[in-house]
Amino acid sequence: MSWIDIGSIEDIPLRGARVVKTPRGCIAVFRTGLQEAYAVSDTCPHKGGPLSDGIVHDRKVTCPLHNWVFSLETGQAQGADEGAIETFPLKVDGGRILLDGTSVGNKSAA
Amino acid sequence: MKKLVVIGAGMASGRMLEHLFDADPAAYEVTLFNAEPRGNYNRLMLSPVLSGEKTYEEIVTHDEAWYADHKVTCRFGEKVTGIDRDRKVVIGEKGEVAYDKLVIATGSNPFIIPLPGHDLEGVIAYRDLEDTNRMIDLGAQPDAKAVVIGGGLLGLEAAAGLRLRGVDVTVVHIMGHLMERQLDEAAGYLLRKSLTEKGIKVMCKANSKEILGEDGKVRALLLDDGTELPCDLLVMAVGIRPSTALASEAGLAVGKGVHVDDQMVTSDADILSLGECVEHNGAIFGLVAPLYDQAKVLANTLLGKPDTFVNKEVSTKLKVTGCDLFSAGDFAEGETREDIVFRDPARGVYKRLVLEGNRIVGAVMYGDTADGAWFYSHIKDATDVAEMRDTLIFGPAFQGGGTADPLAAVAALPDDAEICGCNGVCKGTIVDAIKGGAGDLPSLKAQTKASGSCGTCTGLVEQLLELTLGDSYAAPAAQPICACCDLTHEDVRRLIKSKELKSQPAVWQELGWKTPNGCHVCRPAVNFYLLADWPLEYQDDLQSRFVNERKHANIQKDGTFSVMPRMWGGITTPDELRAIADAADKFKVPTVKVTGGQRIDLLGVKGEDLPAIWADLNRAGMVSGHAYSKGLRTVKTCVGTDHCRFGTQDSTGLGIKLEKLLWGSWTPHKVKLGVSGCPRNCAEATCKDVGIVCVDSGYQVGVAGAAGMDVKETERLADATTEEEAIELTTAFIQLYRENAKYLDRPYKWVAKVGLDWVKERVVDDLDSRRALVERFEISQSVYRKDPWADHVENERKRYAPLADLTLEAAE
Ligand code: SRM
Ligand SMILES: Cc1cc2nc3c(=O)[nH]c(=O)nc-3n(C[C@H](O)[C@H](O)[C@H](O)COP(=O)(O)OP(=O)(O)OC[C@H]3O[C@@H](n4cnc5c(N)ncnc54)[C@H](O)[C@@H]3O)c2cc1C
Ligand code: SF4
Ligand code: FES
Repeated sequence: MSWIDIGSIEDIPLRGARVVKTPRGCIAVFRTGLQEAYAVSDTCPHKGGPLSDGIVHDRKVTCPLHNWVFSLETGQAQGADEGAIETFPLKVDGGRILLDGTSVGNKSAA
Repeated sequence: MKKLVVIGAGMASGRMLEHLFDADPAAYEVTLFNAEPRGNYNRLMLSPVLSGEKTYEEIVTHDEAWYADHKVTCRFGEKVTGIDRDRKVVIGEKGEVAYDKLVIATGSNPFIIPLPGHDLEGVIAYRDLEDTNRMIDLGAQPDAKAVVIGGGLLGLEAAAGLRLRGVDVTVVHIMGHLMERQLDEAAGYLLRKSLTEKGIKVMCKANSKEILGEDGKVRALLLDDGTELPCDLLVMAVGIRPSTALASEAGLAVGKGVHVDDQMVTSDADILSLGECVEHNGAIFGLVAPLYDQAKVLANTLLGKPDTFVNKEVSTKLKVTGCDLFSAGDFAEGETREDIVFRDPARGVYKRLVLEGNRIVGAVMYGDTADGAWFYSHIKDATDVAEMRDTLIFGPAFQGGGTADPLAAVAALPDDAEICGCNGVCKGTIVDAIKGGAGDLPSLKAQTKASGSCGTCTGLVEQLLELTLGDSYAAPAAQPICACCDLTHEDVRRLIKSKELKSQPAVWQELGWKTPNGCHVCRPAVNFYLLADWPLEYQDDLQSRFVNERKHANIQKDGTFSVMPRMWGGITTPDELRAIADAADKFKVPTVKVTGGQRIDLLGVKGEDLPAIWADLNRAGMVSGHAYSKGLRTVKTCVGTDHCRFGTQDSTGLGIKLEKLLWGSWTPHKVKLGVSGCPRNCAEATCKDVGIVCVDSGYQVGVAGAAGMDVKETERLADATTEEEAIELTTAFIQLYRENAKYLDRPYKWVAKVGLDWVKERVVDDLDSRRALVERFEISQSVYRKDPWADHVENERKRYAPLADLTLEAAE
């Protein structure tokens, strides 16, 4: 893996999200705890809703368009809905957010 | 005998010497330096010394006799100033000593934030006996005041000790809740509550700006919002830094701390190190348990016996009497983990376990920490807990049965807590009536009037029946808000008021939420209830709002947004229209539409462009139209007396006045108004939430109309003779709706539940009540009557932009 520093954890509000543009499309980075974040695809598999605009609860997000709920850990849709979003390796180290460059298609990082 | 020199007579080196002398008293001739003018004492116990529960003499670990017995040459009160590795000597302030082996155990230095004024007399840290004595002396002064910066373990122990000494203490903490590294929000809330009960003032999210002084002595702490906190002593407890100066000057490998290997040897084979000054495998230390393991390993290394230091999980307890708190392991970080949460609001208990796979990796508990050690041992041993997972949270003594009690919140209410707000009936009266034979809702209603009016407390009254009568009462099932809790909207509203819950963690804890922080259904509702009831105390939480209210624009099906500026009462100007047209051009807005609410909608704006387009519209004097909010939307007007041959009153003017008064307010659902100039009703006022129809004799104020999914004519609230009275009636009605309705009930649905007569009693008949409602509306507007667009352009702009753009890098 090639970790890329994409910003400080403080740049994302607690239980909020920010978007990262990558060669593989928009990725949503969610802050679920003071020092905890997850990176997943920003696009809902239902009808393309922007997941970064959803409400974050526990380690889950609710899509803002039709309320599908996804686990940020596994990417799986919860409850009766079927579908999944891609998840990407991410870690928080000393308050910095590090995203795996290789898996998001960053060539200069590879 | 070989010569051993030890720098620092602290807790780590003290324990190391004990191991060494136990194993082989004749191995080394020891010289011990300490900067403090005393030998080793139990630093952890400074807090009980500060609070008066112990004396210094009681916490001394090694006294003069101990050092004499072991023939230690003590050089206390003497600082080591250098190490000459070539000559193998240690340089003290009063002379040199040669060594064969050297141990660096210098501990750490308290971090002092370099605020202006940090060097004033009266600014201290909390590390040693001198600091402790300064605080004890302050307690002897009449009317003494202290400020503690830092709401962590140390800061809180300092504050609690000072308080017990009679000092007026304020804790200033930069984060949103106390001890954020050890606790989550719910436990942080409970801790804050018990500290506040002890008389300690706690300020979270507070940024220190400057320490103010007078004649070289501290006088007050100034926060960046302008608040001044007067104090005679300022204690900084914001963290520690390994004390590494000696080691780095001597040329040893030093990172965050002095580098040591698994045998506690530094980069020089004859120099060893332990305690808070070291760094082992990237980790540094702040609690004593791992240091004791280091002490054992270091002693063995000195004696040539093989041993290895392994860094284990640590647990923390706060040593403040009455704050029963335990935290262990890692509960804030990691991936693929699950939570088990247990809350017992009645006893003020909170427990949370964090599981990874089948192992416990973290535990936080407050109020009942008896099982802390048991959980801690499972964390350390990485026990497989799959078998006992279902009952794990109940601890080792669990015998089967016993789940969280949904009635606990009501059970915990004091007897004088008001249950029925309409009739002023408190819990004690209801319980007495039940005991006296009123065994169901109708007879209780007849005897006490409880739940006899608006009915929103019915759920609570039923719970009291259940609580008092036990199984013999079968309560009709009420719908809880969502799966996170067992209470209805109405019950949550009433409990927020009667228990004075002023934050979301307070609601989650006191009302027994079953999830760590709610879900997309309950969070927006709870956020609204809190800001409606406590506009000055509660801070609106954007992350608990649906995207439209968080981004102040309506999300479209393709993820773009619509932008709709306010046009007060439907009136606009050529300049405003030009600015709207310019913005539409500049941001390539695909659709410009005149809405059913008498204003113009710019549809299809990219999320990233929102702050920029708002800034342009703001510059032309326009503000947000709140077309996205559960709040005041539009006030539709007709042309009225200004132009129309039939107009009886200035309907446009009244509409504009109402919109300027009411805009920005948050309500359970959207609120739309209409003001028509005569009964021809061109503004469609008779199907609005509040509709005013002007007539020759004055104003007919109607409420509870609908023209969406249901269509319903307004009902007459009252006739007003003056414009002022019409405005007052409208404002009071909206405030009553805001304070009482269920989230997502439009006014017509709410009025159907409580009855128009109930509304009239409060808004029309009782003038004091009307005035009080208007007053409370104004208090709330003092916070919320401001343009969110301007606010976000200034303060939240960066949230709308991507955090990073990795496509640019790839293209290069
Ligand atoms: C823009 C507008 C249509 C138009 O082009 O004219 C509109 C657009 C929407 N309306 Fe409306 N309503 C608009 C006037 C109305 C009116 C007429 C009026 O206000 O005079 C009504 C009937 C009166 C009423 O409020 O009931 C109306 C009844 C609704 C309802 C049904 C509410 C109900 O309780 O029955 C919804 C759904 C809801 O709120 O849950 C709704 C919801 C919506 C939403 C917000 C749907 C959504 O959640 O995405 C639409 C947003 C479109 C967008 O992306 O901007 N809209 N909507 C009108 C904006 C008025 C304004 O200037 O603010
Ligand atoms: C008020 C308080 C409460 C605490 N409560 C807890 C608790 O509940 N649980 C817990 O696990 N931990 C607690 N701690 C932390 C714990 O006390 C420390 O982890 C522990 O004391 C560190 O031991 P040490 O030997 O590394 O350093 P220290 O005990 O600080 O000893 C270092 C010694 O080296 C001396 N020294 C430094 N430089 C020189 C020099 N150049 N020349 C000569 N001497 C020098 C210093 O004067 C000091 O006496 C608390 C700390 C404080 C201050
Ligand atoms: S409400 Fe009456 S006065 Fe006003 S425009 Fe309509 S018809 Fe004219
Ligand atoms: S687009 Fe996400 S739920 Fe429909």
